[in-house]
Amino acid sequence: MTISFDEWRARSPFYDETHEAVAQSVRKFMAAEVLPHIDQWEEDGELPRELHKKAAAAGILGLNYPEEYGGHSEGFNVFHGLTQSEELAAAGAGGLGASLMTHGIGLPPILALGSEEMKRRIAPEVLSGDKIISLAITEPSGGSDVAQLKTRVERVGNKYVVNGQKMFITSGMRADYMTVAVRTGGPGMAGISLMLIETDRPGVGRTRLDKMGWRCSDTATVYFDNVEVPPENLIGPENGGFIGIMRNFNSERLGMAHGCCAMARVALKEAMDWAQTRETFGKRLGAHQSIRIKLADCARQIGATQAWVDLCAHQHMQGKGVPADYAMLKVQATRMLEHVVREAAQVLGGASYITGSKVERIYREVRVNAIGGGSEEIMLDLAGRQMGLG
Amino acid sequence: MKVLVPVKRVVDYNVKVRVKSDQTGVELANIKMSMNPFDEIAVEEAIRLKEKGIATEVVVVSIGVQQCTETLRTALAMGADRGILVQTDVTTESLAVAKVLAKIAAEEAPGLIILGKQAIDDDANQTGQMLAGLLGWAQGTFASKVDPQGDTVNVTREIDGGLETVALKLPAIVTTDLRLNEPRYASLPNIMKAKSKPIANKTPADYGVDMTPRLTTLKVTEPAKRQAGIKVKSVDELVAKLKEMGAVA
Ligand SMILES: Cc1cc2nc3c(=O)[nH]c(=O)nc-3n(C[C@H](O)[C@H](O)[C@H](O)COP(=O)(O)OP(=O)(O)OC[C@H]3O[C@@H](n4cnc5c(N)ncnc54)[C@H](O)[C@@H]3O)c2cc1C
Repeated sequence: MTISFDEWRARSPFYDETHEAVAQSVRKFMAAEVLPHIDQWEEDGELPRELHKKAAAAGILGLNYPEEYGGHSEGFNVFHGLTQSEELAAAGAGGLGASLMTHGIGLPPILALGSEEMKRRIAPEVLSGDKIISLAITEPSGGSDVAQLKTRVERVGNKYVVNGQKMFITSGMRADYMTVAVRTGGPGMAGISLMLIETDRPGVGRTRLDKMGWRCSDTATVYFDNVEVPPENLIGPENGGFIGIMRNFNSERLGMAHGCCAMARVALKEAMDWAQTRETFGKRLGAHQSIRIKLADCARQIGATQAWVDLCAHQHMQGKGVPADYAMLKVQATRMLEHVVREAAQVLGGASYITGSKVERIYREVRVNAIGGGSEEIMLDLAGRQMGLG
Repeated sequence: MKVLVPVKRVVDYNVKVRVKSDQTGVELANIKMSMNPFDEIAVEEAIRLKEKGIATEVVVVSIGVQQCTETLRTALAMGADRGILVQTDVTTESLAVAKVLAKIAAEEAPGLIILGKQAIDDDANQTGQMLAGLLGWAQGTFASKVDPQGDTVNVTREIDGGLETVALKLPAIVTTDLRLNEPRYASLPNIMKAKSKPIANKTPADYGVDMTPRLTTLKVTEPAKRQAGIKVKSVDELVAKLKEMGAVA
């Protein structure tokens, strides 16, 4: 068997020649604009802003966003988006997709719930790569229990005044805009609103967080200290933010699950290439039965996970998705990735431990997938409740 | 001025080809195919001429199996205006291809035909030259710069001694070398827009060309495996080894 990075796609019923064309373009974009620099960006701890503009020009940032706000959606479906994220994963640095595409979590609440004026003001600038937008939900006191968030907003005259902190915010150091979850009302989920906060407002502070992985993605703690925000920055109705947060999750989890499959394929490919050339005990590493079995077992798990990703994506496209499925799918994907990258690292031996191998990088990025966007425990608990065990 | 660009569908340059077990050719089943890289350079050059206002229309043509439509779509997504598919399942040989292109050139009357200098599958490096011969047009091969000026085109060629610039009277044939330009990637919206650009479906019979191969392949084999190298500790040892092998006297 030859394992080419995208060979599986050519045989999938969900992909056609337009997906292949998208893959080709994004791959060329990666070769020209990303791969020569990714190691440097990992060291710098952030992506250059020009990259966002270049990605916008290539059509990457605007994929599957409405044409009227600067995106392009005609003819494209969810599988084009997955194809694109797969190609972005080829660099083996998950921070690239996370940070270049942060608008994938920051912008949808605005497009779904924001005023027409806000959509026209924010979306085109973000999709053209001129502005960066983050989503800020998690707080130092916790991320799993969103309903307990503490960032407070008081109405003072004709303004809102925001006080609080946000934690682990992706692209947070560079963001021009943040879609922030705040408490405008009483306790629990019924008191939460979403609010657009421009980061150049007086009282907004931020500090950089260094991380185990996703190093080319700038992650920040954000402080709001008496930040004044005009009422028109409210996204959707006051105290109606929780639903906006929740509706984001399905597509985020689907994307993360697919990203795990893509990362796992990158890791498996590195291990396969190594197993084909490395010799131990007088024969190719891959010719040892135990190694052959190990690698085939990885391929099995990737294939099974991908099949569920494709099914969920198809259901998503038809509006038939079930939240518990996306939650469990994400767990399936992160556990699969954890296993595959472990085995890939074993096959590479010492080489997997040396900075510069893709496997080393992916190994460091397992946890952020298993914790961020809803941790494994929270995902399975959610699924269990929906099974009637609440 | 209209620019005509022929594009060939070949095994993707990233694919490691394998010789078929019966030695009649290389394995093509389930292999990834793409546009010949030299042809991508030709398409890019034509589009740049259009962007500079020198070319008015870029027409791409592909001769081969039905799936060559995908190759045409790639060119259309890059920015070409329309395509012509000349469909045939027969192995395409340079002379037959040049004959079809000559007929298309007569119909379309382009000012320039830009081709890749060779296709990475058979490396024949002759279609452009044959086409120039059939049409009786001037040719500038291995171009590293193409600069149309009125009714001539200056073509800078990469030759052994350095760079040579020739002035050709239009209409003319140009074949591209690697350093002519760096082809763009199609933006994602343009991929979808390309779906609605016209592609005319033709056959070699429409042009009265017989595609029957004139060449017979005797045998295709893998290149000999390279022997593992040895490491030497000093120049003296190197010289001794070379003498031993009879590589130096
Ligand atoms: C690199 C990175 C980028 C991120 N980017 C963003 C971003 O852009 N925006 C944003 O808002 N957030 C972001 N996050 C935050 C992420 O979503 C949270 O880390 C995640 O939701 C978990 O929250 P927590 O870290 O506060 O853990 P906690 O909620 O404190 O949980 C700690 C552990 O306890 C487990 N646990 C919690 N409750 C239960 C329970 N009831 N039963 C069993 N186990 C439980 C959890 O699974 C977890 O393993 C990012 C995180 C990382 C690491």
